[in-house]
Amino acid sequence: MSSTVATRRGFTPGQYLICLSGIVWREALRFTRQRERFVSALVRPLVWLFIFAAGFRQILGVSIIPPYQTYVLYEVYVTPGLMAMIQLFNGMQSSLSMVYDREMGNMRMLLVSPFPRAFLLISKLLASTAVSVLQVYAYLVVAWLWGVDLPPWGWLTVLPALALAGFMLGALGMLLSSAIRQLENFAGVMNFVIFPMFFASSALYPLWLVEQSSPVVYTICRLNPFTYAVELIRFALYMEIDWVSLAVVAGMTVVFTLGAILAYDPSRGLIARRGGGPG
Amino acid sequence: MQVPMKPLLPAASLIALLLAAPAAHAYTAYVTNERDNTVSVVDLDKQAVVKTIPVGQRPRGIAIAPDGKQLFVCASDDDTIEIIDTKTEKVVGDLPSGPDPETFALAPDGKQLYVSNENDAMVTIIDVASRKAIDQIPTGVEPEGMAVSPDNKVVVNTSETTNMAHFIDFATKKVVASVLVPPRPRGAAFKNDGSEVWVSSELGGTVTVIDPVAHKVTHTIHFTVQGLRADAIQPVGIAFSKDDSLVFVALGPANRVAVIDTKTYAVKKYLLVGQRVWHLALTPDGKEMLTTNGLTNDVSVIDVADLKVTKSIQVGRLPWGVAVSPQ
Repeated sequence: MSSTVATRRGFTPGQYLICLSGIVWREALRFTRQRERFVSALVRPLVWLFIFAAGFRQILGVSIIPPYQTYVLYEVYVTPGLMAMIQLFNGMQSSLSMVYDREMGNMRMLLVSPFPRAFLLISKLLASTAVSVLQVYAYLVVAWLWGVDLPPWGWLTVLPALALAGFMLGALGMLLSSAIRQLENFAGVMNFVIFPMFFASSALYPLWLVEQSSPVVYTICRLNPFTYAVELIRFALYMEIDWVSLAVVAGMTVVFTLGAILAYDPSRGLIARRGGGPG
Repeated sequence: MQVPMKPLLPAASLIALLLAAPAAHAYTAYVTNERDNTVSVVDLDKQAVVKTIPVGQRPRGIAIAPDGKQLFVCASDDDTIEIIDTKTEKVVGDLPSGPDPETFALAPDGKQLYVSNENDAMVTIIDVASRKAIDQIPTGVEPEGMAVSPDNKVVVNTSETTNMAHFIDFATKKVVASVLVPPRPRGAAFKNDGSEVWVSSELGGTVTVIDPVAHKVTHTIHFTVQGLRADAIQPVGIAFSKDDSLVFVALGPANRVAVIDTKTYAVKKYLLVGQRVWHLALTPDGKEMLTTNGLTNDVSVIDVADLKVTKSIQVGRLPWGVAVSPQ
């Protein structure tokens, strides 16, 4: 261990950059090669926007909640939620790719690299976050063509929020991926992580509406970090900072990232404890 | 399905936003709150109510004198029109409106008021200076909407039961023509150049464009809002943009304001505002259109250039009418 630490100190920032760009490049390649993945990442929220929002158009417009200054159509309300949904799926999908890499043995290439494990994992997270941000902007363009009105500056101010939310959801996916041993188990992730996180949040309906129908669900929504990712994005889209959401998302990002680093640490991680996968 | 395609790129909008200076105004809006028996004074800079003036019972129709010094408010259940001094913000007098005045029109010079007397099928003309009724003109059953031509020669009055727009010649004080319109005509408005009169029909769900010289209907405008039943569309308030290029029509329980292009007579956009949007008023600079939303107790502010609702401001209960100070 001590010898590796010594070697690690030997790396220059330039070398770190080469390593980071390699990982980002690989993620970008994977992203561009898998057109279906991009299309499906775009189609999913658009189905919600075109079909679900059309049916729910009339339910909103009854109350003004921050950050909105006036009544908004449902398609405007649901847009930040769908942006976060893209990032949620992307985070989980990159966790799927971790499992895939581990099964196929590609991950060994990554993990035997002499760079610190934490650096490798964070690089991987940065890469997947960048991909998710691209997907979100692609969605925003279509939503805008569809007539969803957003403040022009919001396109810019939402970027840091997207970066943070994307990183948090990616880190969550990475933490989960350490616990998934086979690709087939991804369906479980869909059932037990993506759907509950998405539905029990402020993505589809404002929390005051949830509170009216069920205080229990409301509490669950309040405890769901995804709610705060949605609200962080929603406020940022209107050039405002929701400090509570920012604190929660930043805090959970640290927790999930540390958890993932710990889980992937060969000496202490969950993988080692369970006898380890092929990676 | 309506898919509005936007020609501009977001980057272009960003630049546009950079170049556009923030709108500077210090207008005051006055809103009648039918259920609270008050008038809310709204500072349009602060976008908030700064004062509430107690008035008579069931205040509805409202107008401000051209010099901005006096405000006229129908106190329907007190059978009078109250005069409010805008400086002291107090009721300083009454006008003899006749029973149950709902709404009225103020002559462009501010010297006369034309009041609909719903129960008497009459239009009462009141001289503001002497505070006396100077004439009464019989019109259709249940007179409602009133509009005065920009040259102050013709007054248009709609009758809710007769379903007509009556053209009254001010010189002879007689109805010179009556034009049949769809059921329950409510609002009437002259184009700023006086070339057209637009009349809204609450139950007909349409807006009728009338040539005020030939007294003929030239266009009828229909509305459809995606996802709304046709009977939810009840046009009431009508207001023109300053340059006459656009008309704004409040669609009542449809919670929308329709924006109509006056050249093509086509609806350009439906803007979501609060519930039961009733009447409208334009700020004197022509930049903002205000709407009263009765059931959500607020006033929505529409940016006329962008055709976007920028803010909804809470006022009293059941806001009915709105007037904006000229300064």
